Amino acid sequence: MTEFAYLIPLLQLLSFVMIIFFLRWKEKVSSGLAVTMSVAAWVMSVWVLIETICKYIGAHGAHVEPFEITYYLTVFPKINLEIGILVDALTAMMLLVVSTIGACVQIYSLGYMRGDKYFSRFFAYLSLFLFSMFGLVLANNFFMIFIFWELVGLTSYLLIGFYFEKKSASDAGKKAFITNRIGDLGFIIGLLLIGTYAGTFNYREVFDAVSGGVFPPEVLVVAAIGLFCGAIGKSAQFPLHVWLPDAMEGPTPVSALIHAATMVVAGVYLVARGMDIFVGSADAAFVVAAIGLITSFMAATIALTQNDIKRVLAYSTVSQLGYMIMALGLYGYDTANGIHSPGYYAGTFHLMTHAFFKGLLFLAAGSVIHAVHTNDIREMGGLLKKMPKTGWTFLVASASISGVPLTAGFFSKDEIVAAAAHHPVFYFFTLLIAFMTAFYMWRLCFMTFFGKPRDAEKFDHAHESPATMTGPLVFLGVLAVIGGWVGIPGMTGFSEFVFHGEPYHTHVDWVNILIASSVGLGGIYLAWLMYLKKAISADKIAQTFRPLYLMSLNKWWFDELYDIVFIRPILTLGRFLWTFDARVIDGLVNGVAWFTLFWAEMKQLFDTYVIDGAVNGSGWLVSNLGQALRYLQTGRVQFYTLFIVLMIIVLATFRMLPTGTWLLWTLTFLCAALLLGLIGRRTVTNTAHTESEKQA
Amino acid sequence: MDIGILSWLIIVPLLGMIVVMFLPKNNKWAIRWTATGFATITCIQSFWLLWDYYVNYSGSAAMAYVEGPFEWIPTLNVQYLLGVDGIAVPLLALTGLLSLISIVASFNIQIRLKEYFAFFLLLEAAMMGVFVALDFFLFYVFWEIMLVPMYFLIGIWGGPRKEYAAIKFFLYTLFGSIFMLVSILLLYFNSEPHTLNILEHIQNGSNLPYVLQMVCFIFFFIAFAIKVPVWPFHTWLPDAHVEAPTAVSVILAAVLLKMGVYAMLRISWPMFPEALRACSTYILLLGLIGIIYGALVSMAQKDLKKLVAYSSVSHMGFCMVALAAWSSEQAMAGVMFQMISHGLLTGALFILVGVLYDRAHTREIAAFGGLGSKVPVYTALMVFFAMGSLGLPGMSGFVSEFLIFVGAFGVLNQYLVGIGVLGILLGAAYLLRMVQHVFLGPFNETKWGGLTEINVREILTVAPLVVLTLFLGMYPKPFNILISETMQNLITLMAR
Repeated sequence: MTEFAYLIPLLQLLSFVMIIFFLRWKEKVSSGLAVTMSVAAWVMSVWVLIETICKYIGAHGAHVEPFEITYYLTVFPKINLEIGILVDALTAMMLLVVSTIGACVQIYSLGYMRGDKYFSRFFAYLSLFLFSMFGLVLANNFFMIFIFWELVGLTSYLLIGFYFEKKSASDAGKKAFITNRIGDLGFIIGLLLIGTYAGTFNYREVFDAVSGGVFPPEVLVVAAIGLFCGAIGKSAQFPLHVWLPDAMEGPTPVSALIHAATMVVAGVYLVARGMDIFVGSADAAFVVAAIGLITSFMAATIALTQNDIKRVLAYSTVSQLGYMIMALGLYGYDTANGIHSPGYYAGTFHLMTHAFFKGLLFLAAGSVIHAVHTNDIREMGGLLKKMPKTGWTFLVASASISGVPLTAGFFSKDEIVAAAAHHPVFYFFTLLIAFMTAFYMWRLCFMTFFGKPRDAEKFDHAHESPATMTGPLVFLGVLAVIGGWVGIPGMTGFSEFVFHGEPYHTHVDWVNILIASSVGLGGIYLAWLMYLKKAISADKIAQTFRPLYLMSLNKWWFDELYDIVFIRPILTLGRFLWTFDARVIDGLVNGVAWFTLFWAEMKQLFDTYVIDGAVNGSGWLVSNLGQALRYLQTGRVQFYTLFIVLMIIVLATFRMLPTGTWLLWTLTFLCAALLLGLIGRRTVTNTAHTESEKQA
Repeated sequence: MDIGILSWLIIVPLLGMIVVMFLPKNNKWAIRWTATGFATITCIQSFWLLWDYYVNYSGSAAMAYVEGPFEWIPTLNVQYLLGVDGIAVPLLALTGLLSLISIVASFNIQIRLKEYFAFFLLLEAAMMGVFVALDFFLFYVFWEIMLVPMYFLIGIWGGPRKEYAAIKFFLYTLFGSIFMLVSILLLYFNSEPHTLNILEHIQNGSNLPYVLQMVCFIFFFIAFAIKVPVWPFHTWLPDAHVEAPTAVSVILAAVLLKMGVYAMLRISWPMFPEALRACSTYILLLGLIGIIYGALVSMAQKDLKKLVAYSSVSHMGFCMVALAAWSSEQAMAGVMFQMISHGLLTGALFILVGVLYDRAHTREIAAFGGLGSKVPVYTALMVFFAMGSLGLPGMSGFVSEFLIFVGAFGVLNQYLVGIGVLGILLGAAYLLRMVQHVFLGPFNETKWGGLTEINVREILTVAPLVVLTLFLGMYPKPFNILISETMQNLITLMAR
């Protein structure tokens, strides 16, 4: 089966294409196809997992060569784009997680989405998502994981904005996509550095290059942190966590599948997958651990005060993702410093158990919302009697996430605490977060399922959901308990299986187990005191620590901060540049055009008045001079005589004068001649007048 | 003298133009289908050429299907010389396909049909000519001829400010052409014997004195940069795009913008290696400014078509970054991918904007909202191409951008290239804003209740683009093989 693992994503793609192009109008057929394909994927994934386990058992602790196929998409001498399949233990585990939750959510959606306007489309999108997610976990190189990384982002965008007529939904989709893209910028930089220095994107070859010292240390840090930026975006880590709570605008099955159990752990998966790079750079690994801790703590504090059931779960998801990231980061840091650490095992283990119980929590929350038509836990209460299956599975999942002994979450959380044990600050906060997690989860449980109903009308309408919805709940409920038993301390199977390269033997640390579980139980007890027994007033605490309460309630004001610091300046810059474009750059072009026209205009004026003026002027001069000279031709003998006499005088004077002044004299002469002419003309006209008068 | 396939690529549309001119003015049916027929023949020819080149010639970098040199004007040593290689062949196919699509998309043109299609076919002939000419004179002639039909197509069938846009387009390009002409003359008189053969000049280019190389390079650059357009020579583009009729915008974006980049690859890049080395950083800077600037300005647009137009500025910026990274094979493959990809995606976006404009008679983004529930197929197509344009993996835009970045990152300043990566974030921002404002949110039933879904003809115009976008995005190997030898050869020439 492992050789045919590529069929797992391709079947989902087939389902998507068939539904979108051919079956959209037939709701039953399309949903049936999608569910069949996801169940088929689940069967194949289990098969692959079993085969992989057998392979590892058969090797008796020797190194197992993972199954790999590579196909090159380009023909460059180096840095080729490639696609391929890699199946190792980590992939097999991820396949199981994704296909399990995927199949459960698809079946659940049959009931949840019934009667929706875009029923078929919903299943098509889910299929597309599963295709992308399977592709992501099966990839054998960084280029291909990036492709599917973006595609899960696309389906997330489509599904968050599934109710696209709602403005808040379309806003949330856009926000998710763009926030993820910010992280992807870092991812791309990391990819580019890897490609440039290693000359390939293939995992194995890149890791060989890292251990072979091909990367200069400072480049490796940047590349590792770049990759981690991608994880920050996708796994909603601080400071890019803001999109995940808003993503709850999507239908609840989507929240369960994409925004709790599978897509958001892609970031964790990426860090786990690229662990060799982080091990190669202790600084980067420390950044990973620190970001994980900050995220986890911040999200836990916010979850304490939220009243929307899905938002509490969303912040809880952010917090738990931070947990996993922190564990992986600590592993990288410790390993780089030569300390043996269970972090890698803890992170991947928690990834799996978290998928089960968080998927279940969301699906159960969806069932509740389906029944009471509100998200606000202040309007709920006492629902356990009305919807026992939903209620009990929700409680089981809450117990699991709080680390109640013998549940799945207990074992994985225990390992995370153990991973943090060497680092006092991390250890303290890890326990504090575990305490807060138990508290807010049980606050949710008590307010929703216990006590008196706060909204009688809604309570009366509430009813248990149909079997298509409760079936997956029960199935996941079982997994949320036994899913962690593969990692019972002292048992080495699972830890060896997923462990990174070398076997890791968990040892039974009773002190650690005691501390971790008592912290979780303490959180539950406090929640019980406050919200069920009402021994401590929550309002009073909120009053006393008002600034802290407001900070938590307003989610540390991240949205407002980003709006002021990033979004508005960028929009303003865009508008400014547009004005700049129109006024300055285009203004320059138009200015040149205007100047050319102006110049042409000037030329035309010059042409009309100066050049043509000169031509016309000379014509005018000639004709007028002629006119003037005509007056010399008066035809009177006396006048000619006078003229001759004058000429003689003038010429005589000429001879006597110094030669230089002849020009002046010529002019004088001409003027005199003209004067004479005018006098002559006057005489002529006068005569003419008298003659005409006489005739009259 | 034998006429080969390359000449036929020019002759068929010209014949089509003549036939259309002789058709009766009022027989719209005949005019449309005659034009479509001739464009189809050209399109088939160009794709046959693509296939044949891929099968028979892609293993070598030499010019294929060479016609000539035939003497044309012996006293000036002007020759009729045609030939294609891995750069030209895909662009010819793009021209053939997009011309056909544009002609089909122009079926709703109502006024002066005959002139419209005649000009369109003339334009196609000229575009084909630019891509196959290997003689400077011939190249220049086709380059200039192209302007004439374009001028009329914008100026007669355009929007409210068509005259301004048409004149601006014409004069701006002509302004650049002057520099090209000067450069050509400089090369002509500095060659012995005087020749206009582009290939010979490429061979001799590196022997030219540095100053002459530099002058010619810069002059050519100005001419080609205006066509691309490279920031800050881009302002003719939004005006021309917005005022031009839909099909003309498509051709403008899909083919005409590629000519600048094509000419750089064909002429100035391999011809003046020393000048290229000296200018690489500045070209990179111009490209980066184009990417970021175009994207930010797109974000501020209120007009759908203008948004797409400015996105072209941003996308062509990627081409310039790739061209600056001329020594990298990935970047050089990336620039070809980007040209084709941008042609397909932006062409499709313009067609789709036109489809909406035909129905709504407005392109103002704020006027719409929630169209997703009224026209789902149209919405799906528009979202598909928007996603392609923002570089979603699986589509051609991603492959090209990724190759360009990988290539540029290896050979250029990594900090600067890192800034360019921001472009893909901004691309997502403005395209998703557009998608949200137009298609998502509540639907205004009273205002857009009568809006009709995209029809079959319109779907058929974009369907080939969908297929090609996905093909290039998912299986880039054949295209990579098609261009790789030519690109290798170019890199060797540029590295002299």
